[in-house]
Amino acid sequence: MFKELITNLFTNYYETAAVIIFGIGFTTLLLNKNLIKKIIGFNLMDNAVYLFLAAKGYVAGRKAPIVVNNVMDVNAYINPIPAGLVLTGIVVSVSVTAIMLALTVKLYRRYHTLDIDEIAIISRKGGI
Amino acid sequence: MEFLRNMPFFCIILSMVSAVIISIMSDKAARVFSLIVIGAVGIMSSLTLIYVVSIGESYTYYMGHFPAPWGNEIRVGILEAMTATLFSIVMFASVLGGMKRVFIDVAPKKRNFYYIMVDLLLAALLAMIYTNDLFTGYVFIEIMTISACALIMIKDNGHCLVAAAKYMIMSLIGSGLILLGLSMLYDLTGHLLMSNIKEAIELNEASGLYQLPLTVTVGVLCVGIAIKSALFPFHSWLPDAYGYSTATSSALLSSLISKGYIFLLIKIMYRVIGMDVIRETRIGNVFFVFGVVGMIMGSVRAIAQTDVRQMIAYSSVAQIGYIYMGMGLGTELGMLAAIFHIFAHSSAKSMMFISADGLSYVSDDSKEFDDLGGSAIKNPIAGITFTVGACSMIGIPMLAGFIAKVCFADAAINASTIKLVIVMLALAFSTLLNAVYFMRAIISVYRPIKEEDQMKIYPRNPKFIVACLIFIGLNIYLGTNAQPILDLILEGIGMFA
Amino acid sequence: MSKLKENYKDSASQKFSDFMTGDLEIPDSPPARKKPDKQDKIVDADEFFSEFTISDDIQRRELYQAFRHRRFVKHASKLYSIMSAVIGLIIIVILLITVAYLPKFGNKSNPDNNIVSQRYIENGLEETGAVNIVSGMILDYRAFDTFGESNVLFIACCCVLILLRNDDDEPKPDEDVIDFKRDIILEKAAKFLVPVILVFGIYVVLNGHLSPGGGFSGGAIMGAGLILFANAYGFERMERLFSYGTFKKITFGALLFYGLAKSYSFFTGANHLHSIIPLGTPGAILSSGLILYLNICVGLVVACTMYGFFALFKRGRI
Repeated sequence: MFKELITNLFTNYYETAAVIIFGIGFTTLLLNKNLIKKIIGFNLMDNAVYLFLAAKGYVAGRKAPIVVNNVMDVNAYINPIPAGLVLTGIVVSVSVTAIMLALTVKLYRRYHTLDIDEIAIISRKGGI
Repeated sequence: MEFLRNMPFFCIILSMVSAVIISIMSDKAARVFSLIVIGAVGIMSSLTLIYVVSIGESYTYYMGHFPAPWGNEIRVGILEAMTATLFSIVMFASVLGGMKRVFIDVAPKKRNFYYIMVDLLLAALLAMIYTNDLFTGYVFIEIMTISACALIMIKDNGHCLVAAAKYMIMSLIGSGLILLGLSMLYDLTGHLLMSNIKEAIELNEASGLYQLPLTVTVGVLCVGIAIKSALFPFHSWLPDAYGYSTATSSALLSSLISKGYIFLLIKIMYRVIGMDVIRETRIGNVFFVFGVVGMIMGSVRAIAQTDVRQMIAYSSVAQIGYIYMGMGLGTELGMLAAIFHIFAHSSAKSMMFISADGLSYVSDDSKEFDDLGGSAIKNPIAGITFTVGACSMIGIPMLAGFIAKVCFADAAINASTIKLVIVMLALAFSTLLNAVYFMRAIISVYRPIKEEDQMKIYPRNPKFIVACLIFIGLNIYLGTNAQPILDLILEGIGMFA
Repeated sequence: MSKLKENYKDSASQKFSDFMTGDLEIPDSPPARKKPDKQDKIVDADEFFSEFTISDDIQRRELYQAFRHRRFVKHASKLYSIMSAVIGLIIIVILLITVAYLPKFGNKSNPDNNIVSQRYIENGLEETGAVNIVSGMILDYRAFDTFGESNVLFIACCCVLILLRNDDDEPKPDEDVIDFKRDIILEKAAKFLVPVILVFGIYVVLNGHLSPGGGFSGGAIMGAGLILFANAYGFERMERLFSYGTFKKITFGALLFYGLAKSYSFFTGANHLHSIIPLGTPGAILSSGLILYLNICVGLVVACTMYGFFALFKRGRI
């Protein structure tokens, strides 16, 4: 049972790496009070999912899905769908990262700190 | 008549394109234009509803030239059309009623951005309601999150920025989980379209394949959406966000955004995973427990507030608990009650936020109960609207909240005994707590005032009055005409499966 | 009553729930009710800066430190750290077990290699006219997602504009002079590189349906070119090429074209009408129906957004 689990984990080594990175990102997002580190955690999390998706699209021995020499056989190319999903996902995470960074800049200008707890308490006590 | 089947598509595209058009408009034109767009969407959604009811079945609509598993697709049924209609009416009234406050709160250069966000929010809501494709759902979840964040932070003060940052952090955790769940679901089934995923899951179930990963996937997806919709332990961003942002934003956030996520969750439960698998995974029990705890905790914290907006915000936590409790019962009646409560709560809560703003407008913009004394006498229409909303939330007969509570009780009777006892106790206790804090609020706004204050005349705001009348009408309609609506919802749930 | 309330405020459960919701009060200072006019006043960033003194800053830090060093808070935040680490670990373990039972990596009989990807690969070229199957997929089969995605970029740019844009239109007298130092090496390198980068970006966009690339990657390359130009020659010269007006016009035009073109295609598709858009010969530059034009639109939007982000972060204006 346990041996089988480990063997499977090594067969799916991309996915294994992806979920470990996902977990690290998730913990970073929860654990750190620093806004920039939270953003890093979020990006780790998203990129782990993209790694996961990219690994899922791969089929051993096949090529990237761009038609060459008019070969249109399903056995010649890997699955194009995960590539499309990753593309969409990357755009979304770029946008969200930009917004979070802008928010951080704005908060830093106002409160002169990056610690979200400190910011929350100052804003509550200071009324600004 | 046949042409009416295009209406949902027109609604989505109209609201998306109008957001782009508003970006080059002046502030005044943007206001009028976005109101027209929301109104048009409301009319088109009601036409869709009429069409779906008349043909008596749901239909799918290609977004492109390619059929089901290849192209994008939207699906229209009774429940979708009803939700879209109700949401657009609530949105119209909220935007109309809070327009003056937006004008005061938002810096002049940023006012037309506000309406861009409102329109994109509408587009995202509609797309999430109608979509038949899980990945489209994800993209529009993100649009909704970003526009919600913008609606909070556009009022440029410290509280709103902090609230927006907290909201974004919670939402990012949610989106990460949703994206992971979606990828794993794609991996297990090879499809992104809801109906095809369900078929594949049924095949997998029959052959006993991938049982464990499926359970984890369902858990990850559901937790992700629950975080986004502020289910009890994840609600820490909510009071700040609802309490300090401009009135329209609070109304939209509480009544539409969290409800949009919940609607998508219901859709995923029925149309993607299938209720059989959901019952097997027992995720419903988790929802039930957190829902009940949320009902009580939200109400208890609401009592401790001295700020009217914060009080309404904590009451939202409790109401979201009600909805999850209904979903957690695991029966069709429970789902019916939950969906009716979505309608009842979104019509009553937006109304309360808008009217509370009207009350604080006549009390030197203060939101504290001590300063609000007598404000309902100074601004009678806001006072009446606030009272109607509070009564609806408490569950006074003739109003929407009463019907919702009766539905919950009815659903609990048909569930297991232990759930029946818990639901009844929680309902009774939570109703009592609701009555305590809402009655206190009503009494304090109707406190008698000095005569010289009475003489002071505040300028009337016709937009606000129209919005209040729409809200009161909607609540009374939902409360007095509930039976046909409940029948339609049941029929809609039947179409889901 | 008041005494009861105080007791309640001191109780551990209340503290804990306050901690969870993040509104712990500091008991040492009297709970002065905030004056409403101050609370709701819109504080302009610049005005705020001028009011902000160093002593203020220190005072706040002390306030926060006093709060941090209370015993309860110390314990609670330690507990929180441990809990979040534990939750993270639990999630990793659960996901690892899940991964072990997922379909095998690189196996061709996995569920995702089904009729969907088969049709994309076998009929993609005929049906969309795009040699790059991924491009054909995201801009034709699943174009609605991609429309949503370009709207995400648009809305993100609007958000950053809301957050970071200075309200005053007139630039402060010598803002650019202070901000910008001429650097001869950068300038000469940019003179050579910027045209190359821009042309390469345009090439990637225009060949999105024929080769790897497309609107998003090409747009990002063009955006990088614009950013390099702005860095080398300063925003003043950049404004002659690319001002806020240009930004608005390009984004508006591109997204509107995208929306209208795709609505036409969705409408004809859903009603089974014949679409008048020709597919052309696969492999030619003017082929594959709308994909080329959509790629151009997406490329323009992405380039504008990338440059817009940079300019807004750098100086608060586009």
